[in-house]
Amino acid sequence: MHYCGDFRTTYRKDMEIFQTPFIKVCMAVFLVFLLVLPVLKLKGEYLLKGAYLWILLQILIASIGAVGINILTGYTGQISLGQGAFLGVGAYTSAYITAKLGLSFWVGIPAAGLVTAMAGMVFGIPSLRLKGLYLAIATLASQFILEWIFLRWESVTGGSYGITIPRPSIAGYTFSTDRSYYYIVLAVAIVMILFAANLMRTRTGRAFMAVRDHYISAEIMGINLFKYRLLSFGISSFYAGVAGALFGHSLKYVSSEQFNIGVSIVYLAMIIIGGLGSIIGSIFGAVFMILLPKLLSVVTEAVAADYANIAKLAISFEHGIFGLIIILFLIFEPDGLAHRWKMVKAYWKLYPFSY
Amino acid sequence: MTFQYLLQLVISGLVIGSIYSAVALGFVIIYKATRVVNFAQGELLMVGAYVCFAFLVQMHVPFWAALLLTILFGMVLALFIERLILRPMIGEPIISIIMVTIGLSLVLRSIVSAIWGTEILVYEPKLFPQEMIEIAGLPISLEFVWCFVLSVFLLVVFSVFFKYSKAGVGMRAAAFNQQVAQSMGISVKHIFALSWVISAVVSGIGGVLIGNINGINSSLYHFGLKVFPATILGGLDSILGAALGGMIIGILENLSDGFCKTYLNLSGVKEVAPYIFLVIILMIKPYGLFGTKEIERV
Repeated sequence: MHYCGDFRTTYRKDMEIFQTPFIKVCMAVFLVFLLVLPVLKLKGEYLLKGAYLWILLQILIASIGAVGINILTGYTGQISLGQGAFLGVGAYTSAYITAKLGLSFWVGIPAAGLVTAMAGMVFGIPSLRLKGLYLAIATLASQFILEWIFLRWESVTGGSYGITIPRPSIAGYTFSTDRSYYYIVLAVAIVMILFAANLMRTRTGRAFMAVRDHYISAEIMGINLFKYRLLSFGISSFYAGVAGALFGHSLKYVSSEQFNIGVSIVYLAMIIIGGLGSIIGSIFGAVFMILLPKLLSVVTEAVAADYANIAKLAISFEHGIFGLIIILFLIFEPDGLAHRWKMVKAYWKLYPFSY
Repeated sequence: MTFQYLLQLVISGLVIGSIYSAVALGFVIIYKATRVVNFAQGELLMVGAYVCFAFLVQMHVPFWAALLLTILFGMVLALFIERLILRPMIGEPIISIIMVTIGLSLVLRSIVSAIWGTEILVYEPKLFPQEMIEIAGLPISLEFVWCFVLSVFLLVVFSVFFKYSKAGVGMRAAAFNQQVAQSMGISVKHIFALSWVISAVVSGIGGVLIGNINGINSSLYHFGLKVFPATILGGLDSILGAALGGMIIGILENLSDGFCKTYLNLSGVKEVAPYIFLVIILMIKPYGLFGTKEIERV
């Protein structure tokens, strides 16, 4: 039972991630649900079929990447159009380490994060002098430059052929199926998302938000702008690198067209639709953007039998629908799904006496 | 590397660069008047090229009429875009505006490929004569010359328009200070609409020119991405800068491509060179050659 109104009496209480016992229970139930969902069986068949499991896996990976870009764009206010390429840096690093050097996946993932963080910081250096629009253009340029390197640095990236990479293994057990690999991704995702949520409660996280809200005031308050901007680029790219590496290992294949400018746009769309400056919003956005194309293809398949022409048109219009949704969200729901989620929660908290 | 080859590179770069200039001009007009960064500039070019193709080749309209109809179509399209998509976004943060134009670009791109498919289409008959002429001892196709002349003509017309016409002065006033402009009886709404119209028309004509030389396909929007190096080099809010920046980028990308091919045995530098220049310019001179310096140290 809790009462309407705000009864928190300490700052510590105010800053808790899971604020009420009810939420804690909910999160625990949700976690158990995520853990058992892939192994649930109904009449000898998996409840979650292969294709659906794959979607869930991609949602988890995208959540990591989306949280990463939200740290940079949502919390620190630095627009990045290069997230796709940074995912690529991570994927190629891990691919090179596991496939060409023959080292373990467990070296590859952190190395992917670190190398991408370095790359992100190099391309973040212009943020010292640039902001807003100029930074967006600089990161756009970094996207194209990195894409070009992926394609041309053949000794490392395999050029247009790409690289085939293995799935991870521990002590002789290989996580070869999607079902077992899911647990690795889930564990990494939980750790990284919790880290991000906690980061935003620390001095560093508050500095990020101060830089976003008013960088001149932030500087006067003693925040080293360059340091925190670069740090934000680094952390965000670390997330991108890990997400990219996990993505590469999930496909068992890495090639340059998986990380083009379209991917960067999808990730930006995730955090805009989900909600800028919100961890849960990033996850909502990832769910939305991964499910959207699948739903579209389900719908087009359903109408394909009866209206072949409409279905054909819809397939070529898939990106258009995607663009339309971005536009509609920006015009009608600029604060994203996280805001809507908050409203829904506030409504039910006081139900039925919402006024 | 012979002098002949060098000259060849410079001239073909200049021609492609003049189209970059036209598109960059469209970009700068919108940015100057409305502070909107239009990521859909290349798509406006693409729509222009395809609509002209539809009139000219599919409906057999004579060229002058097809061009007029294309311009008319571009105007209507721009009015719709401005009223339906950009007007509600006034006052939103810059990331939202960037995203909304990216969304717009996806929509335009898929409409074009839904109607015309993705294969290369060729303008038939060609708009300009195909004969070769000699300039400084180099054989050059006459259509390149025409293309260059027309885009320079466009640039001059619009520079004059901004300098002397009433609407042009109004646009500059609105760009300078919207509140003051409004109190002087300039309708800022009309200025916004007008700048989108001009921008769509200029880009559309650029699309027709490039479509005539290379043929059109669904990757034509790549031209739109080249406006960023061009406008950053010239200065984001300078018309002269856009014109020069486009040509310089066109020449630079050709030259660096030629150099890397000859001396480093590295191909495909053309795609990436403009962006490398872009980063360099941003690092040393972020406001470009002619851009307004905002007095604000970051």
